[in-house]
Amino acid sequence: MSEFLQLVFSGLTVGAIYALIALGFTLIYNASDVINFAQGDFVMIGGMATVFLMSAGLALPVAAFIAVVASVGVGLLLHRLAIEPARGASPVTLIMITIGASIFIKGVAQIVFDKQFHSLPAFSGDTPIPVGGATLLPQSLWVLGTTLGLVVALYLFLEHTLSGKALLATAANRLAARLVGINVTLILAMAFGLSAAIGALAGVVATPITLTRYDIGTLFALKGFAAAMLGGMGNPVGAVVGGLLIGLLETFGAGYVSSTYKDAVAFLMILFVLFFLPRGLFGGRSVERV
Amino acid sequence: MLTVEAITSAYGRINVLHEVWLEVKAGEIVALVGSNGAGKTTLLRTLSGVQPARSGRIVFEGEAIERLEPHQRVVRGISQSPEGRQVFGPLSVEDNLRLGAYRRQDAGMRARLDHVFALFPVLAEKRRIAAMSLSGGQQQMLAIGRALMAAPKLLLLDEPSLGLAPLLVDQILAAVRALRAEGITVLLVEQNASAALAIADRGYVLETGRVVMEGTGAALLDDPKVRTAYLGL
Ligand SMILES: Nc1ncnc2c1ncn2[C@@H]1O[C@H](COP(=O)(O)OP(=O)(O)OP(=O)(O)O)[C@@H](O)[C@H]1O
Ligand SMILES: [Mg+2]
Repeated sequence: MSEFLQLVFSGLTVGAIYALIALGFTLIYNASDVINFAQGDFVMIGGMATVFLMSAGLALPVAAFIAVVASVGVGLLLHRLAIEPARGASPVTLIMITIGASIFIKGVAQIVFDKQFHSLPAFSGDTPIPVGGATLLPQSLWVLGTTLGLVVALYLFLEHTLSGKALLATAANRLAARLVGINVTLILAMAFGLSAAIGALAGVVATPITLTRYDIGTLFALKGFAAAMLGGMGNPVGAVVGGLLIGLLETFGAGYVSSTYKDAVAFLMILFVLFFLPRGLFGGRSVERV
Repeated sequence: MLTVEAITSAYGRINVLHEVWLEVKAGEIVALVGSNGAGKTTLLRTLSGVQPARSGRIVFEGEAIERLEPHQRVVRGISQSPEGRQVFGPLSVEDNLRLGAYRRQDAGMRARLDHVFALFPVLAEKRRIAAMSLSGGQQQMLAIGRALMAAPKLLLLDEPSLGLAPLLVDQILAAVRALRAEGITVLLVEQNASAALAIADRGYVLETGRVVMEGTGAALLDDPKVRTAYLGL
């Protein structure tokens, strides 16, 4: 029982990170039909920039803040320099562009940072908290709390601000959004900025647990994409549930079967969804589009 | 108020509008009729700026607007209720309407919302319901209401009666007349040519991307060519 609970805790912790990445996919996909495979690199930038800024002597909150701002900058540049000039290109072309951008970001990160693995000290120490026979790391609480906070903030933004509503409207019907005077280019830039911020924050809180390196984004993108697909591409609730499920499956697979194939779980899940559940658990957004 | 001068527009390499000329004066209802694929929708899309003009000029209140972004045209007072309604399906009726005022978040918004509800009371009843669960006719009212929320000077209506029961068609057209009485100028695209021409001050007939006839609504209704080609009489 305690082993089971232990796996649940670890599964939810990594799952929460996947959920945040999946939310990033969702935001950009909704605003533009683009599946942004550079999403995982925002996580890397958040973690790596925090590591390097802290080693330069900055306090964690300051370093994390600058790292998030830097990531948002990269997200906006990605939109401005790579996505916007290709406006009107097919979704496949746009996906290729994001894959290219991801490779480019990794190349630059190798130069700006380095090729080593890095970690951050846990924010509130390493003393495990006993819960029901299992233990919970304080950093897991940071991850879960940050995820919860971001999900609530995103919900409030989307449902209770005019800009959030404009993003939802753009997702629902781009033509109508333009006709009511929504500047969809701006909305898309906003989606890239938000996704970059969410990814970077995920990177900051995850790094003490997962470690980080210039190329860690690829794996995160794969996991987050699997989560978004499982939940139904474009559905924010699905993204969160999908993320948690992938995290749990992966951890239970590693715990009860073998950890060798841990990363294959996400990949198998993508295939499974493609073959048997093309709209995901919660239904993708494509249904509302004719 | 609006002058369209030699506008051409194309999808890819296929020209759909060939030098269209027309004029809408302040306070008028102008009907634009023509058969399937004549280019009526393309013209309205070009006026709103969601479809680029290849050449020609669009002058609105003395200003050339053919290069402006759609949102800049909304700010200047042009708004459109598009063909096929195009409501924001998952959003509530009220959110759809509030988004109509996206570029006009002013003190008058509340009053305009009440005004739209007065014009189409069924929307007030269903204000919390997702737009996609409305009937076709209700969605049409929502699309018109949403366009009105921008407080337009010129309202572009694309086939507001398409697929509606005759009773609803009458209700929508009565609403259009009421709008004109409030000072809103209307450019009305209809396949239902007789109904459109009956309420229009003037009309244009578009055929394969060209204006082939123009006149007062009454004159076009009486024209033998129009009667056979577009009214099925
Ligand atoms: N997105 C598009 N891509 C390519 N061609 C298009 C597109 N939309 C319309 N067309 C073509 O442009 C021409 C004009 O179409 P448009 O929709 O403007 O006509 P319409 O007068 O509004 O017709 P209807 O009465 O059926 O609404 C048609 O030949 C149509 O096939
Ligand atoms: Mg049409």
